[in-house]
Amino acid sequence: MTELIELSLAEARDGLEAKRFSASELVRAHISAVERARLLNAYVLETPEKALAQASESDARLKRGEARPLEGLPIGVKDLFCTKGVRTTAGSAILGNFTPDYESTVTSQLWRDGAVMLGKLNCDEFAMGSSNETSAFGPVVSPWLPPNWDGARARATIVKATAERAAPAGLLVPGGSSGGSAAAVAARLCLAATATDTGGSIRQPAAFTGTVGMKPTYGRCSRFGTVAFASSLDQAGPIARTVRDCAILLRSMAGPDPRDSTSADLPVPDFEAAVTRGAKGLKIGIPKEYRMDGMPEEIEKLWADGGRWLAAAGAELIDISLPHTAYALPAYYIVAPAEASSNLARYDGVRYGLRVEGGDVIEMYENTRAAGFGREVKRRVMIGAYVLSAGYYDAYYLRAQKTRTLIKRDFEQVFAAGIDAVLTPATPTAAFGIGEKASASPIEMYLNDVFTVTVNMAGLPGISVPAGCDAKGLPLGLQLIGRPFDEETLFATAKVIEDAAGRMVLPKVWWE
Amino acid sequence: MSVDATTVKRVAHLARIALPEAEVERMQGELNAILGFVEELAKVDVEGVEPMTSVTPMRLKQRADVVTEGNIADAIIANAPLSDDHYFMVPKVVE
Repeated sequence: MTELIELSLAEARDGLEAKRFSASELVRAHISAVERARLLNAYVLETPEKALAQASESDARLKRGEARPLEGLPIGVKDLFCTKGVRTTAGSAILGNFTPDYESTVTSQLWRDGAVMLGKLNCDEFAMGSSNETSAFGPVVSPWLPPNWDGARARATIVKATAERAAPAGLLVPGGSSGGSAAAVAARLCLAATATDTGGSIRQPAAFTGTVGMKPTYGRCSRFGTVAFASSLDQAGPIARTVRDCAILLRSMAGPDPRDSTSADLPVPDFEAAVTRGAKGLKIGIPKEYRMDGMPEEIEKLWADGGRWLAAAGAELIDISLPHTAYALPAYYIVAPAEASSNLARYDGVRYGLRVEGGDVIEMYENTRAAGFGREVKRRVMIGAYVLSAGYYDAYYLRAQKTRTLIKRDFEQVFAAGIDAVLTPATPTAAFGIGEKASASPIEMYLNDVFTVTVNMAGLPGISVPAGCDAKGLPLGLQLIGRPFDEETLFATAKVIEDAAGRMVLPKVWWE
Repeated sequence: MSVDATTVKRVAHLARIALPEAEVERMQGELNAILGFVEELAKVDVEGVEPMTSVTPMRLKQRADVVTEGNIADAIIANAPLSDDHYFMVPKVVE
């Protein structure tokens, strides 16, 4: 049974079609793996009964020859997507036991296409974080071990920390905010997972865990039913173990939706068909502004390797300039908190979630939000309230939105000059330790997103693909950035890198 | 620009987050670290640049002005911490 969890999503799909195993067998193997992996804290809610019921329907359909595109394939769902009748928390205590009476468009399309839900995945609170340490459910532990650690030491550390209600310091973060999604995919606790990306929350955890993460163009996936963080930046996408698997999943997740007025009225291409297109004749831009001072040599080398692999596949490498790159992160830390402070105003103790009483209604709001929000969320909501407040709006928010125009223009100019995709590192470092950055200045954590945040600010698609390991044996990723709605070129070029780098060898099970 | 303790308390109130006196100083330090970081934007020449209002060049869609979903009061109050007869209950706001 354990070999079933090692399959890629595409292999599992083909195995089901060839009747080599049943959907129920495939799903039971995953349910068992999930139950044995609780030390990782990747799932915040397991839904085995629902999974088995869906699997049995899938087996019936497979038998009748009526298989849908994702028939019987077990996946995990980031706890930011509303799931009907299944608790949805966004990793926050303020949502408590919120149980939506509706389904997000993205997940409803996955179930429409036959996918099976194993459970809800841990994430940073309201997707605000880059390490999954801000979750009200506690941090997710990466399945990747720090250098010189063995499984016994890691298990003992987690057991001890859990007993002391502390974080298992020393072990590695899976990245964030989609840390549960990335850890579960890397640990083979699902074939693939849904995730969301506001500043790098799909691509950074994918890079940290040796998985593939795709943030589509803004508007490609509906935001309906996804807990909102920053509405002009939020976008859903898949994390999976191969480029092909991401392409398969995105096709089901994407598409126009009358319930999201910003979803794009464009047909969804057959992304899987684009995977093997290759890179021949493509012009790949190498932006000089992404070469940062103090960048680890390994990342520099990886980036050069990526360029060479694409060139060997017939692409042409062209040096480009994206002059406003350095301003993307500061602008993001105005725009995203501003939107968050307004989106999170809905958590007031009246309609759902936590309520802490007070002397009057204002005090009730203030007590509820003080008790329900974690530290990082409070910081961002307050920064947002400040930059939008009278007298500061022009200096902060308006200036940031103008800067955003310039960041987008940088990309428009290189695409107009014929560049098909831009190649950059995905993150400035490999995964760091739990507790290592959480206690430092908030800025240190924010710097994780320096290479990914530009893409959200410009609304573009970006993919992170594993390309090698650092000297400590930890995975590193490369990012490809594409033209609006040209995810196909990203799948094609990422596949070239995946093939040249060789499929990432994921950590052996130590967490059981 | 940096914020003083009074501003931190004012902003906490604007954001409707109770901030105990003992936490003001730490929050002040963290907010000032973030404000110091975004100060970088003062270097950008934004003269004559339009602020971004939509990240993709599209017109906001409109839908027909009709009732799409209705008569679901039970579902709407299902998650309310306090409700009565399909009303959300809040502390008294009018004397």
